[in-house]
This record gives sequence, C-alpha cells and structure tokens, in this order.
Amino acid sequence: MSTAREEILARIRAATGVPAAPAEVDAAYAALPRGYLRAHHDADIVALFADRAADYRAVVERVGIGELPGAVAGVLSGVSRFLVPSGLPASWLAALPDEERVVRDDPPLSALELDKVAGVVTGCAAAIAETGTIILDHGPGQGRRALTLVPDFHVVVVLADQVAADIADALALLDPARPHTLISGPSATSDIELIRVEGVHGPRNLHILIAG
Amino acid sequence: MTGSMPTYLGMPAFPDAARAAVANSQLRRNLTHATTAIRTKRARAVAELGDWEDLRQAAKAIKDHVLANLGTYLVRLEENVTKAGGTVHWARDAAEANAIVADLVLAARGGGRVVKVKSMATQETGLNEALAERGITPIETDLAELIVQLGDDLPSHILVPAIHRNRAEIGDLFRRTMPDAPRDLTDEPPQLAAAARAHLRSEFLSAQVGISGANFAVADTGSLVVVESEGNGRMCLTLPRTLISVVGVEKVLPSWRDLEVFLALLPRSSTAERMNPYTTIWSGVTPGDGPDSFHLVLLDNGRTATLRDPVGRQALRCIRCSACLNVCPVYERAGGHAYGSPYPGPIGAILSPQLRGLSSPVDASLPFASSLCGACYEVCPVAINIPEALVHLRARSVESQRHYPERSVFKLSGYVLRSPRRLAAAQRAVALSRFVAGRKGRIRRLPPPLSAWTDTRDAPAPPPESFRAWWARTRGGAS
Repeated sequence: MSTAREEILARIRAATGVPAAPAEVDAAYAALPRGYLRAHHDADIVALFADRAADYRAVVERVGIGELPGAVAGVLSGVSRFLVPSGLPASWLAALPDEERVVRDDPPLSALELDKVAGVVTGCAAAIAETGTIILDHGPGQGRRALTLVPDFHVVVVLADQVAADIADALALLDPARPHTLISGPSATSDIELIRVEGVHGPRNLHILIAG
Repeated sequence: MTGSMPTYLGMPAFPDAARAAVANSQLRRNLTHATTAIRTKRARAVAELGDWEDLRQAAKAIKDHVLANLGTYLVRLEENVTKAGGTVHWARDAAEANAIVADLVLAARGGGRVVKVKSMATQETGLNEALAERGITPIETDLAELIVQLGDDLPSHILVPAIHRNRAEIGDLFRRTMPDAPRDLTDEPPQLAAAARAHLRSEFLSAQVGISGANFAVADTGSLVVVESEGNGRMCLTLPRTLISVVGVEKVLPSWRDLEVFLALLPRSSTAERMNPYTTIWSGVTPGDGPDSFHLVLLDNGRTATLRDPVGRQALRCIRCSACLNVCPVYERAGGHAYGSPYPGPIGAILSPQLRGLSSPVDASLPFASSLCGACYEVCPVAINIPEALVHLRARSVESQRHYPERSVFKLSGYVLRSPRRLAAAQRAVALSRFVAGRKGRIRRLPPPLSAWTDTRDAPAPPPESFRAWWARTRGGAS
C-alpha cells in the first residue's frame, strides 16, 4: 500500500504530466510577468505612513530623535505596569521617573501573567507606508510574539529610516527564517454586518511613535 | 479521486434551497445591507492602486505556474518546513486529515480542548464534528465562527460566516447563550466584540493546542501565512504549545517574494482594507517564541481531481477573499446556505462540484446557480473566469446526468460554432422559425426534443436577419 504522500504526488503527476526538472521550473518562475509597481509612492513616505496608520485608528505621534525618551515616558505615564523586552535601547527609557512599573520577561512569563500586565513598549523591524503597517520580527527590543499580543496597550517606536514605501520593499528587508507579525492598527473585526469595529482579542490600543 | 465534504444535511438542490431562502425577507435585508456596503468600499480600495490589473495578472500567472508544477513545490515546501523544525503530514481526503489531527491533539494531552482559527479547509473536512467524536472540544475563536457555533448554525459566507445575522440577532444570541455576557449587553457591534473578547480570553490563555489553516505556504522558505483581523489568529498561532495547520495543497507559493503580490490583493479584495490588522508569518518552530511543536497537514480532498480538468482547475487559484460573493446577484438573494457547502457563492458553484464530484443533486445543480453576468470574474483578484468554468461544468453536469436532449444540443452547437459557413447557414434557417412565433413575438412551443426548453419558458422569436448577415450586407451602415 502506498503512503498518502506517494499517492497524492502520483495523482498530481497524472494530472499535470511528468514534472519538469527543478532548473526548468525555476527558469519558468523567473520569467513570470510582474508588471506591477514596486512602490506606489516615493515622496515623503514617512508622512504617508503616519497618515495611513492613523487611518486605522492607531494613535500616531512624530517626534525628533532627541525628544523620543520624553515622548515614551509621556505615553506610558498612565500605564500601571508595562513590559520592556530585552534589547530595547536603554536611551528610549531614559526619561522614565523610575523602574517601578517596568516588567521584564525574564524568566519568561506565562500567558496568565502577561494578561496582568497593562502595556508593552517595543521597537520594530520595518514599516510600510502604503498600508500603514508595522512589522515585528520579534528580534532584540521587540520580544517574543506573546509580549505584543496579550497586553492591551502596545507602544511601538518606528525610526523614520525604517519606513519602506511599499510591501515589496519592506518584505525584501526581512529574514524569512524569523517569525513575523504585521500590524495595521489595533485589533478589529468586520464580522458583524461587514462593518469594521476596533477592539477584539489583540491589543485594543496601538500607539506609534515615529522618531527622526 | 474526488474528495468528501459535508453536504449540509438533507440539502436539496440549489433551486429548492434558494426558493426558501429568497422568501426569507430578513435574510435578504441582512445580505443586501452587508454586501452593498462592502462592494462600494472594495471598489474604492482597489481604485487606489493604479496597477491593480498588473497585480492581478501576476497573481494569476504565479498560481497557474504553481498548479503546473505542484508536485515540485509541495516537495520543496515539505523540505523547508521540516528543516525549520516542523513535521509535514499528507492527507488524501477529509477523513484522513481529521484522523491525523485528532491523533495529534490526543498525543499533545491538551486536556481535550483545542482553540481554532477560522479555516475553510477544516470547515471542508468537517473537522469539528470529527474531533467531537473523539471526545475533543473544538472552540471556534473567530467572532463570526463563534456566532455560528453558539447559534448551532451553518456558515454562509467565506469571510464572514455569520453574514446572514444582523446585530440584533447576534445580541439576542449572546444574551441567550453566553453565560458570562454582561447583563446590560446592547446590540452595538463594539459591545458585541467586547463580549466575545471576554468570553474567549481564558480559553486563549490556557490553550495547549491550536488548529489553523493558512492563506499561503511559501515553498522556498517553509513559511506559513495567516491573515486575520481580530487577534484570535495570533492567539491560536502563538500561545499553545502545539500548533496544527491544515492546508490545501493548492495554497503553496513558490517564493517569499510572491507575498508582495498576494498581500496587496487579498485584504483589498476581502475586507476592502489596505491591509488587514494582523498577519502572522512563521516557519517551523522558533525556540523560546510560540509553539514548540508544529504540524502541517497537506490536504488533497479532491484538489488533484480538480487539477485534471484543464478548464475547471482555475478554481484552485482561489485565495478565498469572497469578493465574488459580495458582487453576485444570485448570492445576494439566495444567501450562502442554499449552496449546500462551506464554499458558497460563485466560487462555491465551481469549486464544490469539482471537489466533491457532480454525483449528488446539489452538486449537479450548482453550476446552474448563476445568471452568468460576469461580475465575479471582474472582481476576482486572481482572474478566475468563473462564467467560463460554470458553462464548462454545466456541460459536464449534463453529461453526468445523461440528459440526452441537452447533450445533443451542446454537441450540435459545438459543431455549428466551429465553422463560420455552418453558422451562417444555421442562422438563415433559424430566421425562418419566426413563422412559428406567436403574436407577441414569442415562441410558446417548439417541437421535441426542443420542447424540453419551451416546456418551462418562452423563447424569443429570432430576428429576420442575423447580426453577421446584416453586417455583411451594410457594414454597420457605413457607405
């Protein structure tokens, strides 16, 4: 008796004929038409990113790089306790009055413990202007995926030079081996009458600080 | 081999089911309200990109290339998922997929509960019922799926399975079936969403096993992609220790780079957003981040049988955006349940009969559940020519039903249409049939076997001269 794998591959051969050699397949792939634009905008993409992110009800603030510590402290002023992932630049937190409200994921917290933390502050891997999207690759300063998911308030710092014009440019910056989360506004649903409503399971508040 | 998919119990053929649905005025109001709003928004989101047609043609070409080389890409996907620490399983049909998943869930000792992200593949295999039979409780976490599950209802839309319910009906349902719903819960959508959040929170935080589908699987990196809005997807993909993803074999994309095309097309086509709120991309397992055990179940269930049909196989390009449902005049009036399958609307009318085969009355009737207006083809982000596939499947349905008069008419028309000379002769002959028309220019009864047509409808009398003959004579009025 053949395995499911062998049988499915045999059915595919029966439908499509003998498979082409891998090099031929790759050559055919390289020749596929790609007449679309790599970017839909070129002028002032940072402003475009700010507009588009705000469109999806993220709160967006632009600050100079020197004003960033003050802005971070300001956004977090009303938050009872917040996570700081390892690798977040210490300078970003320089204006915090004290360390009392800071929670570290070391040793790693359980999901139930994360649920008791009100907020999280992170950096990001890249951002997409066209769609108002931030991209996390969960590297240093971003934390494992659960950290930016369970707390209800996510503060994310985007450096102006991390903003890519469009999806294609942004994806090209990433390492596909890493896990990624693309975030466009706070959590939302269109499941009731196909009307978008913000605030379901993911963080209900997303605050983006664009620095530089 | 075709696959199996639950036909909704006691499901009549489309015309009977549609007749009942059309008589339900609440259902029609809900559907018209939702689909009209999304149509306008989608058109705006699409118009924003000047190169939409180029994106669409690129997507079509990529998907066709994958289908032509499916075996190569599946093996490559398997290799890269395995390299990244995942385990790949292959399932010939629904029963095999369900058994694999149930065995994995029981082995993971998840306390008999699993959290699920909305997935068409597991709707198709009837996974929830199969899990329940093995003593496992599946918990749907997508808001619309939750509405369907709480109401013991059936999904009626690919993207928004509870589209047939309005906010008042959903409010009633929550107050009735959700023990932890706030007492003063109103029908306002933000309040309903908040109630769902509270209801599912403890399930997410304690879940040991998550089950998902995937929108895309990238062969050259072993990446899986799940596109969602609420964050329930992120919860199910990230918090449990074991993750099982059931993915149709046609979901594979050659390369990471192809995501630039599909992430531009899918959100704008489905929810009319520039980008959906959340997209999760992962390959295998990442130590210290997310599940420590990942299983990919590659599902055939009739897809390879669909691949054998050179016209019908284009249905396998579908990325489940549901734009074709939202523009379809038949769907808007009949609703999703009439299609008798998890895949309703125009795409369902060509996908279900191919995945399941044309043998049941409902599947044989589905290719006829269309006016062939072509709106579905126009909005399809992967350019599936649904009208073409419908006409093709109508012919196959007729063949399989051994409906001789129609079959001979199809054969004869094929013979006539293949030659301009034969067509001209036939048109001259048809023009003469004017003499059997009644006073209002309608033909009430044709001789057998053509009476099969006029038994249930009138035929218009043909014009005295065909367009081709008129053109040849006058050149369209040019001197």
